Amino acid sequence: MNKPMNRAALSLAPEAFDHLMPLHLCVDRAGRILATGPTLARLLPQPVLGRPLFHVFDLRRPSGVADVAALMAHAGERLRLALKPEHWQPGARPIPFRGMAIPFADRSGLVVNLSFGLGVVDAIRQFGLTDSDFAPTDLAVEMMYLVEAKTAAMDALRGFALRLQGDKQMAEAQAMTDTLTGLRNRRALAQALERLSRGAVPFGLMHIDLDFFKEVNDTLGHAAGDHVLRRVAELLMQETRAEDTVARVGGDEFVAVFPELVEPARLDAIAARIIEVLSRPIPFEDKTCRISASIGITSSTAYDRPDIARMEHDADEALYASKRGGRGRAVTHPRLGPATAERRGG
Amino acid sequence: MLGLIIRSFQYFLIDTWGVEAWETVASDLGLPYAGFESMLTYDEGALDRLVDASSALLRRPRLSLMEDLGTYLVAHERQATVRRLLRFSGANFFDFLASIEELPDRGRLVLPDLDLPGLVLTDLGGGAFRLRCFSPIAGAGHVIMGLLRAMADDYGALVLLEHLGAEEGSDTIAIQIADLELYEARPFSLGMSA
Repeated sequence: MNKPMNRAALSLAPEAFDHLMPLHLCVDRAGRILATGPTLARLLPQPVLGRPLFHVFDLRRPSGVADVAALMAHAGERLRLALKPEHWQPGARPIPFRGMAIPFADRSGLVVNLSFGLGVVDAIRQFGLTDSDFAPTDLAVEMMYLVEAKTAAMDALRGFALRLQGDKQMAEAQAMTDTLTGLRNRRALAQALERLSRGAVPFGLMHIDLDFFKEVNDTLGHAAGDHVLRRVAELLMQETRAEDTVARVGGDEFVAVFPELVEPARLDAIAARIIEVLSRPIPFEDKTCRISASIGITSSTAYDRPDIARMEHDADEALYASKRGGRGRAVTHPRLGPATAERRGG
Repeated sequence: MLGLIIRSFQYFLIDTWGVEAWETVASDLGLPYAGFESMLTYDEGALDRLVDASSALLRRPRLSLMEDLGTYLVAHERQATVRRLLRFSGANFFDFLASIEELPDRGRLVLPDLDLPGLVLTDLGGGAFRLRCFSPIAGAGHVIMGLLRAMADDYGALVLLEHLGAEEGSDTIAIQIADLELYEARPFSLGMSA
C-alpha cells in the first residue's frame, strides 16, 4: 500500500459502496457484519447481517487472525477467505475469495472488498451471475469471454489435428496396401518383418508363386488375370489368421508371415492347404481359370538370430526347388530340419 | 489472411445456399471440397476469389453477399460461438455499440493473427452514430452492417442502418437506435455450462 496521504476523509453513501464494490462487506468494531454488497448477498443462502464475520467466513491467510483488531493490523494486505460450509448454497462448490480489508476513517470498523480471483468462471456458472453483478471496471466478463474464446480456438485446433491425423492414417494405410488385391504390399511386409526380427516371437515365412498365371493372362486377358489375383488374395486371407501378414510382392508372387508358427509339419500342412484351394477352378465370366501355386517355406527358428535377408533368400531357394520339382508343391528349406518335407498339393 | 475468415464464408455458402453451391465454386476455383482450415493462413486474394466466384454463380451482388455473411455469423446455429463471443461485449445494444471499437483487440486477444476491421464510432447524440470501418477486405463494411443488424435483433433493439458509402479503404455506416428494448432479447448467460 502507498503511504496514506493527508486528505480529508471522503464520505460515500452505502449505494456508492454497492456500485463500486458489489462483493464487499462492512463490519463493526465487534466484528458483526453491517452490510453486504449486492453480489455477495446473491451468493449467500440466507442474510448474514448482524452475524460475526468470523462465523461466516474462514480467514485462511494471513493465519491466526480471529478478530477485527487483528484484521486491522493486516489492512491493505491480500486476504484469502472462503465461506464456512453452513453458508454454501445447496449443491454449490465452495468458492475461494481473495480480499482486502480497509478500516473506516474513525476505525469504528472496516470494509472488506472481495473478488473471485480465478474462481470467477466457476462462480459465474454456479450462481448465474451477469454483467450487472460486477462493477463496470471489473474484468470478470472479459475473463469469461477469454475462457470461451480460448475453448473455441482449442476446439478448432483439435478438429484440425484430428483431420490431419485421419488423413495421415489413410495415407499410411494406402501406402501399405496393394491396390489391386487389398493385401499388404512389399513395404508393409518389410515393416512387419523388421518388427518381428527385433522381437522375441519366432515366425514362419512362406514365399508363394502362382503357377500357370501367365497362361491365364495370355489366353483370357488381363481382366481375367486381375480377377484371379483378387480371388487368390481372398483365398490367402481365408487360409491365414488375422495376426498373419499376407503381402503381394510381385505380379503373381506373395509372401505370408506367421508369427509363433514355426513347426515344419504345421507350416507344411498350411502350405498344402493353400495349394489345394488355389488349384480349384476359378470362374471368370463364362470361362474357367486354372492355376496352382508353388511354395517355399522357412522359419526364424532355423537361424541363430533372425536375419530377414537370409530368410527371404532361403524361402526363395525352397520355392525354386518346388518349381523344379514339378510345381504345385511346397518345399521346406533344408536349414529348417533334416527332414525336408515335400508334398504334392491338389 | 487467417482461414477462419474464409472458412466462415465457405460455411455461409453451404448453410445458406447449399453444399452444391460450395462444391461448384470450389471446383471452379480448384479448391478441395473440404475447403479452408480455420487455423491456417491463406493468401490475401483467396477470400476475394471465393466471393467473386460465389457472386457470379448465385447472381447476387458481392456486397449483398457480404452483408448476408455478417447476419449469418450472428444468426446461424453453426456460428453460435461467434454470437456468444459478441454478446460478451455488452449487456444491451447500446453497450455493445459503445465497445465495438474493441472488436479487433478482442479478436487478437485469442488469435493474434486474426485481423478484424478497425472500427471508429462517433456518437452524434439522440441515438445516432457513425461507424467507420477500415479493412483491406473489400466489402468488410457490409459484413459489419449485416452483423450489426443481426446483433440488434439479438438484443431485441430496433435499429436503423444505412451504408453511406466507401472511400479509401474505409466504409461508413449510419446507425440510429430507435428503441433499445422493442423486442425480447435472445437469451444469453455469461456462464454457459462447460
